[in-house]
Amino acid sequence: MSLTLQDIERIAWLARIEIDAREAADVHAKLTSIFTMIDALDAIDTSGIEPMSHAQDMTTPLRDDRVTESDRRADFQRVAPATEDGLYLVPRVIE
Amino acid sequence: MAAHEDTIAGLAAALAARKLSSVEVTTATLDRIERAQQSLNAFVTIDRDGALAQAKAADAARARGDAGALAGVPIAHKDVLMTAGLTTTCGSRMLAKFVAPYDAFVVERLRRAGTVLVGKTNMDEFAMGSSNETSYFGTVKNPWNTAMVPGGSSGGSAAAVAARLVPGSTGTDTGGSIRQPAALTGICGLKPTYGVCSRYGLIAFASSLDTPGPFARTAEDCALMLNAMAGHDPRDSTSLDRPAEDYTREIAKPASGKPLAGLRIGLPREYFGDGLDAEVAAAIDAALATFRALGATTVDIELPAVKLSVPVYYVIAPAEASSNLSRFDGVRYGHRAAQYDGLADMYRRSRAEGFGAEVKRRILVGTYVLSHGYYDAYYLKAQKVRRLIADDFRRAFAQCDVMMGATTPGVAFPFGAKSADPVAMYLNDIFTIAGNLTGTPAISIPCGFTRAGLPIGLQIQGDYFSEARILDVAHRFQQASDWHARAPRDCAASEPRR
Repeated sequence: MSLTLQDIERIAWLARIEIDAREAADVHAKLTSIFTMIDALDAIDTSGIEPMSHAQDMTTPLRDDRVTESDRRADFQRVAPATEDGLYLVPRVIE
Repeated sequence: MAAHEDTIAGLAAALAARKLSSVEVTTATLDRIERAQQSLNAFVTIDRDGALAQAKAADAARARGDAGALAGVPIAHKDVLMTAGLTTTCGSRMLAKFVAPYDAFVVERLRRAGTVLVGKTNMDEFAMGSSNETSYFGTVKNPWNTAMVPGGSSGGSAAAVAARLVPGSTGTDTGGSIRQPAALTGICGLKPTYGVCSRYGLIAFASSLDTPGPFARTAEDCALMLNAMAGHDPRDSTSLDRPAEDYTREIAKPASGKPLAGLRIGLPREYFGDGLDAEVAAAIDAALATFRALGATTVDIELPAVKLSVPVYYVIAPAEASSNLSRFDGVRYGHRAAQYDGLADMYRRSRAEGFGAEVKRRILVGTYVLSHGYYDAYYLKAQKVRRLIADDFRRAFAQCDVMMGATTPGVAFPFGAKSADPVAMYLNDIFTIAGNLTGTPAISIPCGFTRAGLPIGLQIQGDYFSEARILDVAHRFQQASDWHARAPRDCAASEPRR
């Protein structure tokens, strides 16, 4: 596998992280070395092996369907960059 | 003995006997933390007023006779753990001004046990790093030699305990972030079984691996901390609902001449190969001789898939991180760029400005391995190899009770030595990562020093839920050695009077 600079730009777009040309070159070099290390996995035969997503292989526990949370909107919005009347403010998305 | 030289067990006993008050201990602790801050930079936040209020409350509880087990003992929390009303930065510009609206489960539990929270410790940004060089708030220095890294990501918590600023602290371990800094600073750090300590309020890095745990100078103190930290929490769906344990129960049993008789120590061939520093190898051999003298036997074992744990980890952890860190978008909390052109641009610039280089790299790696067309080749493949590593561990624990080896291939290294080469940095965690991938518990304890005076860590790994046994094995070693009692030159000594 070899990553191109275009791959880096595409991933950065998917990840919603702006990177400039100089940063992209550095990221490209470092990701290439990381993926060279990761490519050691290619040689391993994993046919018939069940993927392990979790240390305990547990099923998600279910709780009773009842309200346990109190209204803490004011507390949580205190740390927001911009709010108004209990709403989060973002740039206009619909003209 | 000055209070700052005492252990958690010793301080708790002295406080219970009313030989000293928590206000006295806490005041002295805060003074030492402030004096050491310039040389070590172990703390991001020091909460003098809050700590003194908690100390007064602990003393009042003692006077009333309803104090918790650790009432009045000052501790520090890694700044990845949410602390209500106190800044919780995760070592990042992204959260530099974030005041947590609630306590993490382990913070809440340690408060309930009566501990006094004196401050939040510095760390690698979002717990991604092995040297504390990725923190937005500057590097933490190793108390044994301030030209050296303290390890990471919980470097501030480790340095604070090693420098005798606090007797105990919390950390989180995703690939070695408790055990590796414990090794590099000459203290004990325990990563419990995944699910024993709730992740509620731990700012997520890689959710299937993140594990809170304690730092202290002795195994006994780690057991006392874990007694307070462990427990079921329905707010974390991976928190295990098990009967409460007393993690000091084995330690509390009287010692015989051969306290570890019958203990089978597995020595994985892969932990003793090329790349292990010769001085580290010699210290591990000497420690094994001590264990044999205590009655244990050793058995050679093999963990053939463990060499793949670094590549597996650098697929799984970034994949989970890219998902977890998508929540930092400049809308609900965290940094928002001052200038942007529309919503998508606001996300991109806020994240570009808020995250440091290593965090961005891992998000990008994770985004790639989860992206269309690559998921099976990377993410699914890594999950399958993760299973092979867990199978190795299962077979190993049929042959032995614990496994031992060096916590890290080398000792503390100079600042900048590995920061330009991410893969060289990642290989620091080659012996610790498998514990996270499998979810099994492990402790790092000090077992010697290099000729240059840098600490060496021994890792003791056990099967699921064997914390009490691992802690006892570590404790018996500490009864027969004094590595854990060695202290660095005091970084917080009072300034000479003018």
